[in-house]
Amino acid sequence: MRNSETLPLTNESDIIFARREVRSRGSEIGLSLVDVTKLVTACSELARNTVVYGGGGTVTIEPLSNGVRKGLRLIFEDQGPGIADLNLALTDGYTSGSGMGLGLSGARRLCNEFEIVSVVGQGTKVTVAKWK
Amino acid sequence: MERIPILRMGDYLLVTIQVDMHDRLAMALQDDLTARIAKTGAQGVLIDISSLEIVDSFIGRIISNISGMSRILDAHTVIVGMQPAVAITLVELGLTLPGVLTALDVEKGMALLRRLVDVPEEGDDEDNAEF
Repeated sequence: MRNSETLPLTNESDIIFARREVRSRGSEIGLSLVDVTKLVTACSELARNTVVYGGGGTVTIEPLSNGVRKGLRLIFEDQGPGIADLNLALTDGYTSGSGMGLGLSGARRLCNEFEIVSVVGQGTKVTVAKWK
Repeated sequence: MERIPILRMGDYLLVTIQVDMHDRLAMALQDDLTARIAKTGAQGVLIDISSLEIVDSFIGRIISNISGMSRILDAHTVIVGMQPAVAITLVELGLTLPGVLTALDVEKGMALLRRLVDVPEEGDDEDNAEF
């Protein structure tokens, strides 16, 4: 099993690279095409948030193993402005920018595990996981 | 800058997205397509997304925008070839693309466009059999 890796997220090309990496690692551990597609889509949403709203940051890709079950965890971290009202940010259709407001709420629906920690003025950390 | 080519065939514009689109490329396609519709008076736009491995909320919004803008410019847009895994993911993400016309493949998409564009005028017997 490959080790964890941390990739930079500072511009649009980084988002595409992170998507490709998540796709190849998801396929490697045997996620179905639908699950890989869901995880890559969640990655795209969260990576864009990191770049656009967080002012850049990183994504860490971690392999998971629980007995015979395998999975992949993605951790998005930025040192941006943070999110003041998490409940509002997780509401479908709410956006502080020009998006559709589906990034966070959609990513939560597409993954098996979802956690968000955000401190105003310090940054945001979003962790998602997809299990086989 | 990199651009997605737009092909013209009679009254139609054809676009095949073959690359992993970053956001600026998708925005450029939206601008280029609306400009081409206005310039050529194209009545139908066919966008083949069979090579797209994901459609996230950003690309989804661009697809909705193109569809809405083309309608205002008196053209119809049909999206064809969406992969099943992409469709499943889109709906779970919360994007159902209301108002966007879709077809399974290029052939069905062109047939749909022809029906939408070639609506026979009243008293015109030539094409009426079809309707």
